[in-house]
This record gives sequence, C-alpha cells and structure tokens, in this order.
Amino acid sequence: MTEILSFNNVSFSYTPDNPELRNAVQDVSFSINEGEWIAIVGHNGSGKSTMVKLVCGLLFPQDGEVRVMRNVLTEENLWEVRSNIGMVFQNPDNQFVGATVQDDVAFALENSGVPYTEMVDRVHSSLAQVKMDKFLNHEPHHLSGGQKQRVAIAGALAMRPKLLILDEATSMLDPQGRDEVLKTVRALREEIGLTVLSITHDVEEALFADRVLFMNNGQKYAEGTPSEIFSLGDKLVEFGLELPFAMRMTKLFKDNGVLLEGQHMSEEELVNDLWTSNFNK
Amino acid sequence: MDIKLQQVSYAYSKGTPFEKYALFNVDLTIPHGTYQAIIGHTGSGKSTILQHFNGLLKPSEGQVHIGERVIVAGKKAKELKPVRQKVGIVFQFPEHQLFEETVLKDIMFGPMNFGVSEQVAEARARELIKLVGLPEDILNKSPFDLSGGQMRRVAIAGVLAMDPEVIVLDEPTAGLDPRGQKEIMDMFYNLHKERGLTTILVTHSMEDAARYADQIAIMHEGRCVLNGTPHEIFSDSDTLEKYRLELPHIVRFQRKIEQLMKKPLSKICLTEEELAAEVAHALREGRDAK
Amino acid sequence: MMEKMIFGRYIPGESFVHRLDPRSKLIFVFAFILVVFLANNIVTYALLLAFTLLVILMSRIRLYFLINGLKPIIILLVFTFFIHILFTREGDILLDLGFLKVYEEGLRQGIFISVRFLVLVFMTSILTLTTSPISITDGIEVLLNPLKKIKLPVHELALMMSIALRFIPTLMDETDKIMKAQMARGSDLSAGPLKERIKAVVPLLVPLFVSAFKRAEDLATAMEVRGYRGGEGRTRYRQLKWDWRDTLCLVVFVIMTALLVFYRN
Ligand SMILES: Nc1ncnc2c1ncn2[C@@H]1O[C@H](COP(=O)(O)OP(=O)(O)OP(=O)(O)O)[C@@H](O)[C@H]1O
Ligand SMILES: Nc1ncnc2c1ncn2[C@@H]1O[C@H](COP(=O)(O)OP(=O)(O)OP(=O)(O)O)[C@@H](O)[C@H]1O
Ligand SMILES: [Mg+2]
Ligand SMILES: [Mg+2]
Repeated sequence: MTEILSFNNVSFSYTPDNPELRNAVQDVSFSINEGEWIAIVGHNGSGKSTMVKLVCGLLFPQDGEVRVMRNVLTEENLWEVRSNIGMVFQNPDNQFVGATVQDDVAFALENSGVPYTEMVDRVHSSLAQVKMDKFLNHEPHHLSGGQKQRVAIAGALAMRPKLLILDEATSMLDPQGRDEVLKTVRALREEIGLTVLSITHDVEEALFADRVLFMNNGQKYAEGTPSEIFSLGDKLVEFGLELPFAMRMTKLFKDNGVLLEGQHMSEEELVNDLWTSNFNK
Repeated sequence: MDIKLQQVSYAYSKGTPFEKYALFNVDLTIPHGTYQAIIGHTGSGKSTILQHFNGLLKPSEGQVHIGERVIVAGKKAKELKPVRQKVGIVFQFPEHQLFEETVLKDIMFGPMNFGVSEQVAEARARELIKLVGLPEDILNKSPFDLSGGQMRRVAIAGVLAMDPEVIVLDEPTAGLDPRGQKEIMDMFYNLHKERGLTTILVTHSMEDAARYADQIAIMHEGRCVLNGTPHEIFSDSDTLEKYRLELPHIVRFQRKIEQLMKKPLSKICLTEEELAAEVAHALREGRDAK
Repeated sequence: MMEKMIFGRYIPGESFVHRLDPRSKLIFVFAFILVVFLANNIVTYALLLAFTLLVILMSRIRLYFLINGLKPIIILLVFTFFIHILFTREGDILLDLGFLKVYEEGLRQGIFISVRFLVLVFMTSILTLTTSPISITDGIEVLLNPLKKIKLPVHELALMMSIALRFIPTLMDETDKIMKAQMARGSDLSAGPLKERIKAVVPLLVPLFVSAFKRAEDLATAMEVRGYRGGEGRTRYRQLKWDWRDTLCLVVFVIMTALLVFYRN
C-alpha cells in the first residue's frame, strides 16, 4: 500500500499572535493510502477547508508536518506536489478560469507546459470521463452548477492526479447536480481507482467513503469506517451533523416497538432486517 | 394578505434579440396564513416568480394582486414601498446583502427605510437577534467578522425586522451544516405558527417541502403545473418524475416497506415519526389478525 | 436601453468574416482606421462606403439590427452633420431660408465627416460582433508578443483581460441580485434628491466589493493550485490559424489602399 498523504500532529492558527483564539486545526494526524476514499465531516468552521489548504501548500502548519507521497511538503517541492493533486472547491463560479469549457480544462495543462497535441487529447478524454464532451465550447454562465463542477473535475483529471480533493464540491448544488457529481466521482473510483479525499457535511455522501474523519472544533474527534463513525450516534448530532436516514429510522422504529435486530447504516440492511424480524417468522 | 397571480408571463430583456420568456401564464393564489412551498427543477422559473410577490419584477403579461395592491402588465406601478414592507424576501445566500459597520445597523436598515423610528428599529433588532439564535453582544460587531452561518442569521434578522406579513424564502439553508439547516427551518416554521406569518418557501429539498408546507406548487419550464397539499403532490410519483423531481426520501422508503408488506399503508407519511408510528401500527394489526 | 446596445457585443455565427483569424481582423481594422483619413473626395468616400457595406454583407449581420443597435451613435452622427451644415460658410449658397443659409462646402464637409464616422463605427462594430472577446484577446496577445522583449507583461495583461471578460456576466448578475435584495429592504435607487440617491448606492457598492474580493481570492487560489505561476514555460491551448481567407483579406485591403491613393486629390 502506497501512502499518498499524511498529517502528523499538524496544528495551524490563523492568528498565532492571539493565543486566546483556538487553533483552526489542532494536532491532527491521519493518512490516506492509494485507492482509498476518505471523507472528512464536521460542522461549519470545524477546520476542514483549512486542512485542504495545508495539503496543497496554500498554508503551512505551525506545528507538525504534512507529507505528500511520503515527502514533507515544503516551499521547494510545492509545485511538484500541486501537479499531483486535483482540487475542486465549493463555489462552481469562482474556480472557472477559462472562457469556455475546454479552455478551463486545459488551464492546468498549459501551466505545466504540456505540448499542444497531447493537450487536445487529454482535454477531450477527461471531458469524456465526466460526460461533458458535448459542451466543449460552452461558456460558464450557460452551464448549471453541477456541470461546472464536473468541468472542474475534468480539469483536475487532465493532470492525471494521484489524489482528488473535493472541498464541499456539492454543497451549493441542487439535488440533481449533487447526484451528477457524486455519480461521476464513484464512476471514476471504479474505472481508474482514483484516490479521493472528500469534504462534506452531507452524511449520506460520507457513507460511500472507505473511511471517515470526524472533525470538531479543529480537532479530529474520531476516525473509522462509516459504520464506526455513525455508531457514535448522538455525538454527531451534538457536533452539528445528523445521523444517516437509515439510522434515524431504525431508532424511531425501535422507539415505536417495531422489532429489529441491530443498527443499520443503509436502507437495504434496514429493510432486510424489518423483513426477517417481522414477516419471515 | 392574499397573494394572487393571474395569467402572469414574464420575459427577461423584452423586445431585444436576447428576449427570453421565463414564465408563461402562471395562475397561483396564496391565501393569507398559508405555508406555501414552490418546487421545481433548476431553471424552471422559481426565482423569477418570487420576485413578482413584492413588485421587484413586473409581469410582462397578466396581473399580480398583493393584498389590496394590483400590479398590471404594461401599467406603471408607483410607490411599491408599502408592498415591499409587507412582503419580505430572503434571497439565496442573503449574507451577500450585508454592508453596514455593525450588525445592529444592518438589521435596522430595512425598518428605517420604511420610516420606522430609530428606537423601535433598535428594539426590534435586539429582539430578533435572539430569535435567530445569536447572542446579543454580536450586535456591536462588524458583520464581516462573523462566520458564514452567523452572517446568514443576521441577514434573516434584517428581513424579519421590517415586520412583514409575508415572508418569501429562496433556498434559505443552502451551504449550512445539518444542524444549522434544521435550526433555521424550525425557526421559520415557529414564526409561521405563532405569528400566522404567510410563508413562501422556494426549495430543492422535497423533504423540507413535505415536512413544513401546507401547499406545494410545482414549476416546470416556466409554468405552474400543479398546486396541492403535500399528500396530493407526493402520492403521484409518475407525475413528479415527468417534472424531473423526486419523491421525498421518506416516501420512497415507505414504498419499499409497502412492497415488503405486500399492501399499502393507510396513508402517505411525510415525516419520519409518522412513518415509524404507522408501520408499528400496521405490524400490530397484522399480528392481532393472526 | 443598454440591452439594445450592440456596441461591443458578440453575435456567434459562421460567416466568412466570423471565420477569419482574429489577428487578420485586428490588423485590418487598425489599418482601416488609418487609411480612412486618406479619403478626400467623392470617389474615395464612395469607395470606403461601398467597401464597408461589402464587409457587412459578408458578415451576415442584419443591417437593420446593426443600425437599430447603434442608434445612440447614429444620433451623434446626425448631430455632427448639422453642425457642419450650420457653421461652414464656403462655396455657393445652395439653399437660402433667410435665417439659415446652406453652403455647398458645408454640405460636402457634413457628408464626408458623417461617412467617415459611419464607416469607422461600422467597421469596429463588425470586429466585435463577429469575434468573441476571448479571440480578440488571443489576437492582441499574439500581435503584441514582440513587445515582450521590452519587458511588457503581454501574457499577464492578456490573461487579466480574458478573466475580466469571463467574469463580466457573473458580476452583472451579482449586481442585479444585490440591487434587488436591497430594494426588497426598502432602499430606493431611482427616486429622491441626488444626495439621497448617492447614499442609496452604499448598500449596493459595499456588498459588491466584498463579493468581488471574495471571488478574486477564490479564483487566485484555484489558479495557484492548478499550477499557475506566470507566463514562463506555459504552452498555449488556443491556437490561431492563418489560412487563405486571411491572406485574401489583406490582399484586398492593399488593393483598396492603392485605389484610395490613386483616386484622391
Ligand atoms: N482566512 C481566515 N482568517 C482567519 N480565520 C479563518 C480564516 N479562514 C478560516 N478561519 C477560521 O478558521 C476556522 C476553521 O475554518 P474552516 O474554513 O477551515 O472551516 P470549515 O470546516 O471548512 O467550515 P465550512 O463547513 O463552513 O466550510 C473557523 O473558525 C474560521 O472562522
Ligand atoms: N437575468 C436574466 N436574464 C435572462 N434570463 C434569465 C435571467 N434570470 C433567469 N433567467 C432565465 O429564466 C429561467 C428561469 O430562471 P430562474 O432563476 O427563475 O429559475 P429557478 O427555478 O430559480 O432555478 P434554480 O433552481 O437554479 O434557482 C432560466 O431559464 C434562466 O436561464
Ligand atoms: Mg470549508
Ligand atoms: Mg433560483
């Protein structure tokens, strides 16, 4: 297993001169291996975006170290690191640099000096991967939010990144747009085994991840598989999140005296349990 | 105060090569005291329609009744201020409208534009800041020093401070974490219940529409194609699909359970609590029958 | 009013003129602006006018639309025409209304100046109507490339311009949204004494600046993580292609200039 990214006791404060204010990120450690999908969940202001900025060298930690592909991130290897990481941010409008879809996808390629013919290939193939190849010449203000985010993903893919980071990439989208983007990410995981770090406060989205980091006030409160994290139950609610639908229903069923065996993360499981505990006797 | 749209059509950039119709012959009546949701696929005209509710847009054809006032296509509409005071709109990402030096001044901006005295405006600000769930000492801070969620609440307080009879909400919780979303939706619901505020909610969330609304209107390609109670709207999944909308999560789940039980429950449940109780009830009946 | 203005707008199309390389169009228009001043008699002005009409025809932009869209400018043109009629007192008197005398030279000057103005406006409008802003930027960047030698930041300027162009619609939407949000809170931008109106602009400008800064910050971040660090070592995705149309266009231009020189007094 190749390690792609790790945080070792990282702390960061936007206001180091004012020790009264808590650090935006406090003593966080975790690592991501190749091919994994990690989700970071946490309330507004829990430090998620700050962690992303630490990964791509927009900020440097005051304590601890960030390693990307096993190398400590420094001012020197910054640009090389960035060429291995694809990023999609929250606001679909503010990250669209090019005048048209294809220009935007080509932007990172131009920056790293990829020759013209190869650029054309990569632009077309990565737009095909996100199913936006019919929109080559469209301008951003004629695209929906979901389409803009898919273009942003294509722009990242064109660089053949080792790691794709989505910082609340779906939170400004309508349900259809959100579905489009999530389907795209899941398909990419299946097709090319892309490593993904996604940040979200949508718990249903986090259910798809292999592992979940649960942030609270700048600290890592817990880390584990989705079922481990969501079995924390009311702690999640206390820290600003909610439980997945199936878990809420399980609890309500039990409160109402419906027979059920265990805790359930997914609707499938819950329905099966309802069946075996109540009808199949 | 009732709001009534009669045969309203609206075109952006009318009379130019870029003319684009966004509404076609919309008829919609929202009686006083209703909680009305408006749902629809993106670009279906929801934001366009809501700007007719206080005369920000004037119909290209048809007429809009806002209480006593009538805005008729083609006629000059003068003095819309009284209408704007009675119908408050919380736009999408309302925190973008903050501009004053302090939170207090920003909340007072609306009422003072409508001629409310400084004392009264300040008293309202102090009352509302608590209502939206913020501590009172925030009033003296600059709105730009607040977190996103706090700014959202301040902006909402600024609209409520106008003391409107109707409140129009365009996606009021987009981008907030789940707790923030729930707190804000519950706050509006309580206002609706306690003060009888007519509430119009534009949303992409079928769950919110199902949970809070008395009436749901569906917009599709600039037309208002359906208006009914949540039970009516969500009992027909084929129609919804035609308008590219989904059933609320809870109703989809009910369908699954009904398949399992091989018979429908006695009603469509719109909240999780309701469904749990209903399933428990059905199971008990089933057992008793045996 | 503004919605009807077409000066500076782009109308997509597939005509001969649309398909020209932006470089040849830019060279052509700039050279044309200079050459216009060669004309000084009926033949040469007629030549310019005929040539302009030919270009309009080939661009397949409806003349009605062009004139309608350029109305404010045409009003200006009529105005200059009458100024000349009224204030030039040379040559024979053509019309004597007692209080107003129209002289031959006045009429001549009025017509010439108007035609000159008209062809200039039409030609530059055709440039912007048939070339997307981004292509114009590309064209300018490539044409100015030699100036890099004297340390003019050509690439940066071009990028700035293309980003500005890309964000114009976004910022227009934003302005509209904020204006409506403040109007909904009772602020009134269109009525009252001037002092009040100036005060009413603050609630519009502050949020607009805040959001523009936020966007700029986000955009800078997005560009940086996508590896942007200036023009050095960059390749270009947008390629410009010079083909026979462009050469033809310039040849025609040279011929026209020769004719102008030949027929002028
Ligand atoms: N540029 C900045 N200057 C000062 N403080 C900042 C800055 N950016 C963020 N913070 C603070 O750092 C903390 C963590 O913010 P961060 O943006 O990382 O949170 P987040 O988890 O991404 O929240 P959200 O869900 O709202 O995006 C917050 O308390 C925030 O107020
Ligand atoms: N200022 C404008 N000029 C021209 N067309 C516009 C303008 N604003 C909206 N439209 C068009 O009008 C139609 C309806 O837009 P509207 O914003 O009302 O949709 P919506 O239902 O609110 O969508 P969303 O769910 O994405 O907010 C769309 O096709 C849109 O492109
Ligand atoms: Mg964030
Ligand atoms: Mg809208």
